[in-house]
Amino acid sequence: MREVCVAGVGLSEWGEVWRKSIRDLFVDAATAAIKNAKVDHLDSLYVGCMSGGLFVGQEHLGALMADYLGMAGIPAMRVESACASGGMAFRAAFLEVASGASDIVMASGIEKMTDVSGDGATDALATAADQEYEVFNGATFPGLYAMMATAHMARYGTTREMLSAVAVKNHKNGAKNPVAQYPFEITSSQVGNSVMVADPLRILDCSPVTDGAAAVIVTTPEIAKKLGVPYVKVIGSAAATDTIALAQRADITVIKSATLATQRALKMAGKKLDEIQFAEVHDCFTIAEIIVAESIGKYLPGKAGAAILAGETALDGKFPMNPSGGLKSKGHPVGATGVAQIIELYKQLVGKAENGRQIPKSPKIGMAQNMGGSGASSVVHILEVA
Amino acid sequence: MTMFSSRNWREYPQRYRYEATRFIKSGKTYFPPRQVDPETGDTDRVTVTLPETGKVITYTVIRTPGAQFKDLSPYALAIAEMTDGTRVMAQMTDVDVETVKIGMEVRLEFRRIQQEGEAGVIGYGYKFVPKWF
Repeated sequence: MREVCVAGVGLSEWGEVWRKSIRDLFVDAATAAIKNAKVDHLDSLYVGCMSGGLFVGQEHLGALMADYLGMAGIPAMRVESACASGGMAFRAAFLEVASGASDIVMASGIEKMTDVSGDGATDALATAADQEYEVFNGATFPGLYAMMATAHMARYGTTREMLSAVAVKNHKNGAKNPVAQYPFEITSSQVGNSVMVADPLRILDCSPVTDGAAAVIVTTPEIAKKLGVPYVKVIGSAAATDTIALAQRADITVIKSATLATQRALKMAGKKLDEIQFAEVHDCFTIAEIIVAESIGKYLPGKAGAAILAGETALDGKFPMNPSGGLKSKGHPVGATGVAQIIELYKQLVGKAENGRQIPKSPKIGMAQNMGGSGASSVVHILEVA
Repeated sequence: MTMFSSRNWREYPQRYRYEATRFIKSGKTYFPPRQVDPETGDTDRVTVTLPETGKVITYTVIRTPGAQFKDLSPYALAIAEMTDGTRVMAQMTDVDVETVKIGMEVRLEFRRIQQEGEAGVIGYGYKFVPKWF
């Protein structure tokens, strides 16, 4: 395989962006990435999106986005793996460049979630679960993660304060992120007293509904050098799956797809987990960050909550997690999230994280973990400074 | 989402009669039914009926349900391990949601699950009730 790098990034506005359509948001992010990488063409385009059909009644997003980017003619394809759609789109672009089939590929992600009601968004997101055996019986996404939380708390003594610490830490980071949907700090008691959604998860344990797009230019280091732009190397890329339904898993306090994808990505990169200096992880709910931190092998089962509460994963901690603010504070336009995680790794590795959000001591290697559903799919990437 | 009747009646054996799959080689039972044993790749299988009782291994109380379940909120949702080791996710009913806990013994009962709009298909299936006999 050829060496692959990220040579330019672009984000649209994130939040409740009522003035802009799904195509506007995509074009904003895509043109920013093209300008940033100084490329004059794309060999192909991947668009990660969970559910254009349910959120805005629009499928066929590859062709639509290529068209409105002014590039009708190029190959373009939509990639879907629920909330891991963005990470999977990036992986598809990585593989296309690594194989030698293309030189300059855009990986993008998009979700336009506020054109439907809250109920509409709940129902659309629920399609990532087992429709006939979970959703039919009344499961919602907060409900599935809540059941993981109940089991984790009973088995390991994970506490409300530990869950709250994830949200507090991510909001502290997100407060410094100019793109964040909720760029403000919150307190542990605010989280612990917020309205209950699905016991034990409260509204401030949950990532929000967000409109947003993200795009990156995937190419080779040789081409990036010729373009004269900063770049970071993609040294590991892997994905994994698990049972679609939570009830079918032997252990519901672990996300096995995250374990498998991490192990595979580390193997490709030729690195040990200890060499990874920071991570963007899929904190769709506070309990998810705790379980993922354990599932990737960073903490022993049952130990991540206390470590997060103790500040080990803060921006200036031993292992910063979600320096961007995570899904919780930055926002979670589901199809865009995985690509935005790559953008945060890029910014941290080239030393361009905004507003004092830069991780101290210039990290050299970072990891992004993006997952779909209740963990039925995970995709992990490892990026290293050039 | 519009539910055509075929999508509903296709599930009757599982939802009404708790039919599961037991694979011959591994002896493992899966619910809902599967065509391929994830452990062995075996496709030789027989249909068996799930045991009707089990114990709650985790649960939540849904307070912001999807559109179909507004009238039931708040309701408990649980995963129970049945007496043969299979696991089932279902709503709990005939129970005070505040009293649900891990280890609670439950029984599957045939219930109305949801209705699609004023004149839509009514979906029936199973719910857990506390086992008291």
